[in-house]
Amino acid sequence: MLLSEMKKGQNGIISGMGGKGVLQRRLREMGFLKGTKVYVEKYAPLKDPLELIVKGYHISLRVEEAMQITVDDVKQGF
Amino acid sequence: MHKKSITIALAGNPNSGKTTIFNNITGTRQKVGNWPGVTVEKKEGLISKYGYDLKIVDLPGTYSLTPFSIEEIIARDFVLEEGPDVVIDIIDASNLERSLYLATQLREIDCRVIFALNMADVARTNGIKIDAEKLSELLDLPVVFTVGNKNEGIDTLLTKAIELAGSTAEIQQKRKVKYSKDIENAIVKLQDFIENKVEARLAYNLRWTAIKLLENDKIVTERTLREAGNKGDDLFREVQALRAHLMDRFNDDPEIVMTDERYGFIAGIIKKTLTSSAQNRVDISRNIDLVLTHRYLGFPVFILFIWAMFQLTFSVGAYPMEWIDRVVTLFAIGMNNLLPDSVLKDLIVNGIIPGVGSVIIFLPNILILFFCIAIFEDTGYMARAAFLMDRIMHVIGLHGKSFIPMLMGFGCNVPAVVASRTLESEKDRILTILITPFMSCSAKLPIYIILTGAFFSAKAGTVIFAVYLIGIIVSIVSGRLFRTTLLKGADAPFVMELPPYRAPMISSLLIHMWDRGKIFLKKVGGVILIGSIIIWVLSAFPVNIRYSLDYASEIVRVEALYEAEITAAGKSERDVIEKKKDMAIAKLIMARRAEKTEKSFMGKIGKSIAPLFAPLGIDWRGSVALLTGVVAKEIVVSSMGILYAVEKEPDALQSALVKSNMTPLSAFSMMLFVLLYLPCIATMGTIWRETGAFKWMLFSILYSTSLAWIVCFCVYQGGKIIGIN
Repeated sequence: MLLSEMKKGQNGIISGMGGKGVLQRRLREMGFLKGTKVYVEKYAPLKDPLELIVKGYHISLRVEEAMQITVDDVKQGF
Repeated sequence: MHKKSITIALAGNPNSGKTTIFNNITGTRQKVGNWPGVTVEKKEGLISKYGYDLKIVDLPGTYSLTPFSIEEIIARDFVLEEGPDVVIDIIDASNLERSLYLATQLREIDCRVIFALNMADVARTNGIKIDAEKLSELLDLPVVFTVGNKNEGIDTLLTKAIELAGSTAEIQQKRKVKYSKDIENAIVKLQDFIENKVEARLAYNLRWTAIKLLENDKIVTERTLREAGNKGDDLFREVQALRAHLMDRFNDDPEIVMTDERYGFIAGIIKKTLTSSAQNRVDISRNIDLVLTHRYLGFPVFILFIWAMFQLTFSVGAYPMEWIDRVVTLFAIGMNNLLPDSVLKDLIVNGIIPGVGSVIIFLPNILILFFCIAIFEDTGYMARAAFLMDRIMHVIGLHGKSFIPMLMGFGCNVPAVVASRTLESEKDRILTILITPFMSCSAKLPIYIILTGAFFSAKAGTVIFAVYLIGIIVSIVSGRLFRTTLLKGADAPFVMELPPYRAPMISSLLIHMWDRGKIFLKKVGGVILIGSIIIWVLSAFPVNIRYSLDYASEIVRVEALYEAEITAAGKSERDVIEKKKDMAIAKLIMARRAEKTEKSFMGKIGKSIAPLFAPLGIDWRGSVALLTGVVAKEIVVSSMGILYAVEKEPDALQSALVKSNMTPLSAFSMMLFVLLYLPCIATMGTIWRETGAFKWMLFSILYSTSLAWIVCFCVYQGGKIIGIN
């Protein structure tokens, strides 16, 4: 499933990344890697962007950017 | 004795507490400038300690050294080209894994690196334990624990840094980032190729150059190919072949594979050095964000903060404003009495003091505003503001971060345009710079206050709010327009850290505030001083004017008339008549001044351009005032004061405006013109500097001024047609 389809309060494991080179590389440099756990902290009041917790820190992405990331093993909880 | 000097560069992620440590080390001995050729702020501090002259350079905060943004290029170039004796990598101890990414990149460049594990106390309370010795051993570099905001560990850090700088040992890295076999093979092959086939002297370390070539790093590739001379083509082909091979092998770009592998290397280090007990973790930040970025509460709280900031800026700022005003007035009176009558005295008393004085009274406002913005920045709220606003900004085709410069535009456009540096993509930056001037800056506010006070007394607040709102709408519409025409393309990815909330340090807030306040003061000192001299010259010359009335003899006549009356009157009435006399004379003096202005160069210029402004409901006085506003918007009010021949500004000017031909409609039209027309000289200069192109400045001038004319024309003529006055 896509990261952008995850709901608030769910966690999942990143299984793949697409997108343009610059975005993809920037995301990887910030720690979005295959096998990394990602938790959806919340969506912004206007439903975009969303706040995630990756590698212990908080980061925000736009929904359209989160659409480039696929996740597996989506569960409720931190 | 000549002391040895050492250059220490501070590197680190944004929000790692780098600035706090820099402030702690250097105190107030900072030099803020620009990095050569670009517009990113460069902070330097010179201190003497332990018998050394230490030059501390604060590199821009970056997550990586991949040259995506100007900041990253600067940081990397400084380390590569300037060769600092030591690089201190400041690492947020609570964020070790991500911080190590930059660290591994620094480690790959040949330089002496020392780690500062900062905010170790916070990490500890969060249940994170780091084995510094192990980390030091694994990466082969000194590691020091620091707590920046409590000034702990800073001395140790400096001593270690000096020690490291003094060590004559070759920088031999025992521990390198090791890549997988295929990549290592490619690196070695490329190294051999460069060494044996190209035989060029490379500027940088061989292994590092090979890695960057494989990563398709634009800057390094260009430089290396240039250095390779006629072998450049061969080298390029070799790199392409190796890259193609790796692409084939991994089914992904080599640079992406290498990023993954660096993180793999980091994961290994983390496993050996970090233990985390996440159970008793108190995350205050998440709790704060339950409110501040809440679905329903987020926006109201945000608006409340912005409202509070403006309240603080303008209502609290009013007190020191009054004090400064008094001091300026006293100073003018003093100079008036002290100096002998001359042209110079006239220049000082009537040109420079009121000109500079009318601007400097905004210093309190500006300082308070920047203080508030510094609080937003230092606490971490700015990032939340961008998080809340991104959806809206994205509609204009902008990044949530653009909101920050636009918000600052309400204060002063000069620092606001500078603040657009936080945007990574150049298109975003230019777009933000172009629309920021439509955010009504604080210098325009006095004009609105005077005009609304005179014509919309009861509804003054609403009208001013409407003007601000129109500014915002114009910037949104312009933003969309530019995004779909001039600056086509998507905005940069919104990948933004939301750092933990931190209590701001008063010293750093003050330094922040002062740095930006200085920009304003420099503007007063330079541009506005020159501007007020020019305006004075234009309004004081020519000296010999043929007045419509012989004011001097008229004054004598009036004086004599009242004197006779006074002698004739009874004792009790004398005071009343005396006052009447003074008023009559003052009126004549002001009338002379107004006529003098009208017949001065400035009056002539104003009258010659007046036909352009007539369809907007602005008379020649307004035209002249607007013209002087090009120097600085603050001057518009004082010019109007002179042109309408009034002594004290607010009250007298307002009644003079009401008596003139101005109507509420034309006052509103003039406010809109002030809102939209070309920015002041200082802003124009900043736009030029920040976009790096004269054409953008020119475009900004033409666009805003023609837009102002069109909007005001429509409003004034339209208003007249539907019968509003």
